[in-house]
Amino acid sequence: MRYLTILFLFCIGLSTPHLSFGIDSPDEMLKNTQQEQRAQHLGSQLRCLVCQNESIEDSSADLAKDLRKVVRQRIVAGDTDSQVMQWMVDHYGNFIRLKPPFTFTTALLWFMPILALGIGCMIAFVTLRKNKNTVTTELSKEERQRLAKLMKE
Amino acid sequence: MKQITRRRLLWSLPFATAAVAGGGFFSMLSGLRKGNFDPREINIPVINKPIPSFSVASQPPSTGFNQQELQQQTKPILINFFASWCIPCLREMGVLQQLSSHIGIWGIAYKDKPDAVSGFLQRNGNPYQRIGQDPEGNISIDWGLSGVPESFLVMPGGIIKWHYPKPLTVTSTQTLLSLLQ
Repeated sequence: MRYLTILFLFCIGLSTPHLSFGIDSPDEMLKNTQQEQRAQHLGSQLRCLVCQNESIEDSSADLAKDLRKVVRQRIVAGDTDSQVMQWMVDHYGNFIRLKPPFTFTTALLWFMPILALGIGCMIAFVTLRKNKNTVTTELSKEERQRLAKLMKE
Repeated sequence: MKQITRRRLLWSLPFATAAVAGGGFFSMLSGLRKGNFDPREINIPVINKPIPSFSVASQPPSTGFNQQELQQQTKPILINFFASWCIPCLREMGVLQQLSSHIGIWGIAYKDKPDAVSGFLQRNGNPYQRIGQDPEGNISIDWGLSGVPESFLVMPGGIIKWHYPKPLTVTSTQTLLSLLQ
């Protein structure tokens, strides 16, 4: 049990998001902390097109650095978060969004967990119903005595 | 009998799933080998869109250009982003040389030094009619560039008709030339 607890805690430790920053120099950051936080939040939702599985905020690729700069420029210019996102999508397509938008083509992707759950429930339902039909027979008196004897040994 | 078929069905489910997944992987990998599937390909939404407003400073031995000049062309132009520090660009040069007799190619040097670019063109030949430079890479971001080399086919009037986010090959230039007819 103690080992299980340790293992469980270890797994929890693994699952916490680790923070990493691609920002190379403090000059990249905005002076205004609120704006900088917004930029980092946006950047973490944008895919680096060089590494493709990292956000631009985490990546140290040159292009990611340029895109980080663009995000900050637009924020300083007074764009809202959705406007910055739209600018990125207009230039690079939906691929740049790490969180895919809900469109006709991504519908299956979004509904997959629910679908999988549904299919699982159906399979479970069918198997359980099948098990219900199997006849359970009660043990007779002699059989129970015999069983008790056997258990004692 | 009915029991047996259902059991068989349940038994075959994992195998069927594995078969489908295997088939999918096989088609993906064969596509990779044939070159008609590239997981790293970035298809930016620029097809049939107008070119961004931009202006690139001149890069010797040529003069720079801007959005208006590109729009006013009467023939299609291939815009090719390149850099002297990029090995695939070097490999692409041969294809560009051959292509330059069929279509006008204008180059934009991405994050490069003018001297390095001139040296690069002296060594490897110059397929470009005009060359501009984008030392900061800002203009390239407006175009939606994801790396070098990358090419855009711009029709008269400044509409992008084709985009290729990789080094041009003989196959891809055939696609390009078929668009010009």
